[in-house]
Amino acid sequence: MADAPLLEVTGLEKSYNVPVLSDFNFDLLPGEVHALVGSNGAGKSTFARILCGLTQRDRGDIRLNGRHHNPGSKRDAEHAGVIMVLQELNVIPTLSIAENIFLNRLPRNGGFIRYNNLHAQAAKALARAGLEGVDPATPAGLLGVGHQQLVEIAGALSQDCRLLILDEPTAALSDPEIDKLFENVRRLQSEGVGIIYVSHRMDEIRRIANRITVLRDGRRVATHKVGDVTSTELVREMAGHDLPERKQSARATGPVALRVNNLKAGPRVRGVTFEARHGEILGIAGLIGSGRTETLRAIFGADPKESGEILIDGKAVRIRNPKDAVQAGIALIPEDRKQHGLLLSQSIRVNTTLSSISNHASAGWLNADAESQTATAQCQQLNTRCHNIEQVVGELSGGNQQKVVIARWLARDCDVMLFDEPTRGIDVAAKDTIYELLRGLAAKGKAVVVVSSELVELMALCDRIIVMSDGRIAAEFLPGNWSQETITKAAFSSYLTESEGATAL
Amino acid sequence: MSLFKPRKLIEYAAMAAIWVALILLFGSLSHNFLSSRTFLTLANRIPALAVVSVGMTLVLVIGGIDLSVGSVAGLCGSLLGVLVLNCHMPFWEAVVLCLIMGLAAGTANGLVSVCLNIPSFIVTLGMLEVARGLAYLVTNSQTKYIGGAVEGLSEPVASFGVSPAFLITVALTIIGQIVLSRTVFGRYLIAIGTNEGATRLAGINPVPSKIAVFALAGLLSGLGGVFLTSRLGSADPNVGVGMELSAIAAVVIGGTSLMGGRGSVINTFFGVLIIATLDAGLAQIGASEPAKRVITGAVIVAAVVLDASRQRLATRLAQSFNVVKRNANTAAPTSPN
Repeated sequence: MADAPLLEVTGLEKSYNVPVLSDFNFDLLPGEVHALVGSNGAGKSTFARILCGLTQRDRGDIRLNGRHHNPGSKRDAEHAGVIMVLQELNVIPTLSIAENIFLNRLPRNGGFIRYNNLHAQAAKALARAGLEGVDPATPAGLLGVGHQQLVEIAGALSQDCRLLILDEPTAALSDPEIDKLFENVRRLQSEGVGIIYVSHRMDEIRRIANRITVLRDGRRVATHKVGDVTSTELVREMAGHDLPERKQSARATGPVALRVNNLKAGPRVRGVTFEARHGEILGIAGLIGSGRTETLRAIFGADPKESGEILIDGKAVRIRNPKDAVQAGIALIPEDRKQHGLLLSQSIRVNTTLSSISNHASAGWLNADAESQTATAQCQQLNTRCHNIEQVVGELSGGNQQKVVIARWLARDCDVMLFDEPTRGIDVAAKDTIYELLRGLAAKGKAVVVVSSELVELMALCDRIIVMSDGRIAAEFLPGNWSQETITKAAFSSYLTESEGATAL
Repeated sequence: MSLFKPRKLIEYAAMAAIWVALILLFGSLSHNFLSSRTFLTLANRIPALAVVSVGMTLVLVIGGIDLSVGSVAGLCGSLLGVLVLNCHMPFWEAVVLCLIMGLAAGTANGLVSVCLNIPSFIVTLGMLEVARGLAYLVTNSQTKYIGGAVEGLSEPVASFGVSPAFLITVALTIIGQIVLSRTVFGRYLIAIGTNEGATRLAGINPVPSKIAVFALAGLLSGLGGVFLTSRLGSADPNVGVGMELSAIAAVVIGGTSLMGGRGSVINTFFGVLIIATLDAGLAQIGASEPAKRVITGAVIVAAVVLDASRQRLATRLAQSFNVVKRNANTAAPTSPN
């Protein structure tokens, strides 16, 4: 099989004002997992979009099984057996899981949907994606982000597929869910399906991929067999320069900045107690659905609380809405920055000064110069890549968008900063900037709370890690006494001991 | 200076160009059209619709809608007649009461839709009926001739040729634009219209701003009603019927997005001018009333279709302007202002 490539790409070019792909060559064998890595804006997503018909190439040759492949639409591509699971969630929240999976090919009788047939097929598809036991009639909007992603993958797996493109498929998945995904990938591999795997996560690529192609600025830098190259080499090829070494020095932490006492809010936050100190980075680990995001949102007043107490610098504060929280000196950098963080159609300047607008105005009048100064200073400090501060944030890459959200809170100067998945969908180099930034914030005496699904990230970053399991804090770890195994075990603890309570949800 | 950013100026110029083109078109079709009389007629006809459209622009910017503006204008205009004729109230005192009436109606819209979380479409549809009904009640469903007592506001001032109402309208348009682009309140409106959830998570309480926008729209509708009654010289409970649709059309022609987050009061003013010019011009070339409506309808849709390409053009021109400016700046370092 190895002699006849499934996909062969030569001299592919695409530009939007600036070239995004130039003279790009690529090949994929049947049954191969070929990873595509590169910084944001390197051209990975554009390449994937061209293959699945969402974008048209400018020139170049794409052959699928020896035949020209030039799909005019996603539908064309799917007919040719090219299926993509998008990085951005594409789930319609009001439709059921089954309807989402089979939206473009609902089993029907005349104009009527055959629901029994649909649900049976959907249950099968869900089981293949590792979601057995989930009711296909559940509205997709009730699922967490991680499960929504698995639903998308289930949708892709339920179609006749020869080439599967996975773009950051694990961004929102927890470790057991990733294991299930990889089982699926391996099964497809054994069926001769070719898989293009776009990801920033080196450990996963090492687990699943056969070859790795590195993209930088729209060009192929190198293609390696997975065993022949180290992560450091890959990162260097992606970045084009060596990344500075991480400094891991013990920080002296100050007094308690944030104390949360027995917080209860909805089904996912069932009595959370913890504290975060000035100058400390506190990590919150846990499975998806264990209540980490909900805890942060409840503290911030984004969702109503049932009971519990929040103390800032030892004083109880009443937080009924985000405005109260911000006035108490709390900031929240949400997980879904496009929906909850940014004003996508507005400029970097407007987004940066949004929370500190009163500092950029006198008697209700905006001071445009002060705004520009703040936005410019923040862009420089965070090294945000943009044309100028008037650029619309929707045009920026994920990493740079995240920097704009962070810049907003830096401009506001909050003492307690809650980060929910701060590096989700962000490339390696930009992640490093974000880590440096978080360390810098802690060094300035801020209490930094980070929720992350990447244990490696938390372990590299945090002074202390607490683990949530089924709505409660299950364990606390200090550097030295943690490991992936102990943290994962803690994350599962409540689900194992209280299985009845867990399944009821 | 966000009011005079190159991009904005280009957009204003584009709208003005469309208006001028329309005038030249009618000028070539009818040799009487290009006269100062036409312009004066236009200037004295548009104030009511223009001030109502200022309020409508702000409402659309936050992603809401106000269908009650025409009825509220009708109610306030009727009230003016009743107060002056039946209560023998001095004109200016009556005007103040009418404005308070408009403000109250708008505040009611805002409170109900924001606090009870009901779509503004529904709430203001209700107010459309309520206010119109009240207009009939206060006038006993009769048109009342008032005459000179109210007409001063709409009569051309000898030295200018335009009425005080027109001057107030121009002033309110400029103030509206400044509020939108240069005040914290305006920034909140744009933020709320772009993404209310994200705005709330940025620590801003959207409720007061949203209520204030509906209150303002009501106030401006009240003023529109005063202008209408003043121009007609009589209190007619039917006045302002359908005005909400003309106002929405003017705002949308001016490039404000119905989805919220984007809008310009100055371009709305051009939208009003375009609608009024179309109306006057078509009448001048002898188009029948039905034909006028068909053409006006088509122009509204065409304007919105064109808007997308106009936006792109403005962005591109503004970018090339920025490049020129940057090149100039590299030669001489920028001063801190």
